[in-house]
Amino acid sequence: MIHTDLCIIGAGPVGLFAVFEAGLLKMRCHLIDALPQIGGQLSEIYPQKPIYDIPGYPEVKAQDLVDNLMEQAKPFKPTFTLGERVDHLDKQADGSFIVTTSDKTHVHAKVIIIAGGLGCFEPRKPVLENLEKFEGKGITYMVKDPETFRNKKVVIAGGGDSALDWAIYLSKVSERVTLVHRNETFRGAPDSAAKVFDLANQGKIDLILSANLKEVNGNGKLDKVILEGKSKEEIQLDADYLIPLFGLSPKLGPIAEWGLTIDKNAIEVDTRDYSTGVERIYAIGDINTYPGKLKLILCGFHEAAIMMHSAFKFVYPDQKLSFKYTTVNGVNAF
Amino acid sequence: MVNFTVEDQEGNRQAHEAPEDMGLSLMEILKAYEYPVLATCGGMALCATCHVEILEGKDGLGEATDVELDQLENLPEYYPTSRLACQIRIGDILEGAVVKLRGEDVV
Repeated sequence: MIHTDLCIIGAGPVGLFAVFEAGLLKMRCHLIDALPQIGGQLSEIYPQKPIYDIPGYPEVKAQDLVDNLMEQAKPFKPTFTLGERVDHLDKQADGSFIVTTSDKTHVHAKVIIIAGGLGCFEPRKPVLENLEKFEGKGITYMVKDPETFRNKKVVIAGGGDSALDWAIYLSKVSERVTLVHRNETFRGAPDSAAKVFDLANQGKIDLILSANLKEVNGNGKLDKVILEGKSKEEIQLDADYLIPLFGLSPKLGPIAEWGLTIDKNAIEVDTRDYSTGVERIYAIGDINTYPGKLKLILCGFHEAAIMMHSAFKFVYPDQKLSFKYTTVNGVNAF
Repeated sequence: MVNFTVEDQEGNRQAHEAPEDMGLSLMEILKAYEYPVLATCGGMALCATCHVEILEGKDGLGEATDVELDQLENLPEYYPTSRLACQIRIGDILEGAVVKLRGEDVV
């Protein structure tokens, strides 16, 4: 069990800045994010794109902003659980919470801050009958441990960078790797595409182009992937694993079931302190909504500062909070 | 004003109009009409959450760029008529078009 003052769900720019604001008030933070890296959509979707509306930065690259925010948060020693989705939130008798992730990591926190942006990024799933039946029983959307696929028959579907990269990597590990792509060419990195064609020529990857996933079959566990080829013919593949890699899309996920008031996929908050309708749960950044809300990073920063002053009373119920400037007091690291 | 039709996930069609002189994209108009379009990346052709199919009037819209095709071709469901709404500027080219909301991203 991880013990912390504040558990921040979402390690995007607003979640990271919240660590700094919490630190100024001597509150410790643990952050959880479904993505395997910090930075939220900035790092996942547009790391190299410029942002022009961060105060004090006429122009800053998204990833540079994330790096700087991490640097700014560093004195307050945030801890992280990455690549795991928050699934459950259980209120304790003393008002605190225990958070449980998809990988059964438990975090005990006095206050919960949801800084989840547009939700957690989840893999896009192909539309196939029985797909759910085989999830975790041969169908997986992420390669967490390549060893899982050692000496197995693996079918990868998709044509982007991750499909190419994993096909190349697993060709060294798995018994057989088949890469299925709907087109004749790949739009991923040209080097990776060339490598895949090369490996296919050497017989190390089975490359099936102009084909689509059609069916998955098995008896309790996946053992066949059926494709539809170029001329609508059926192609049957023996498979221990199917890895569909069609990118990620954001979903609100289990947050929707925590008794919060949700309006159009966003959590309604009180603008005095960005608290939700549930005591000790706050929501900041793109995931909240209120009259006049703007989904801007700079608005999330503002919300983080305000909400920390409200959360203080739950972490230090016996202390009176006095407002201090960093220029006067400096940043006192933990 | 440009007139076009939107077909939602359930197949219901609704006629709409949009101003052609405000530099808006089709994605922005769909959001303004409160269609459930996520548009995560805000219109940079980076997330494909504004995936639509142009059922009628596709030819007038011109070709999708490489950046747009990169996204579209990576989707599990992709059609010859697929486009990203964020990459379509509202203008005369859209007059009479029929746009269908697509995708598992619509919530």
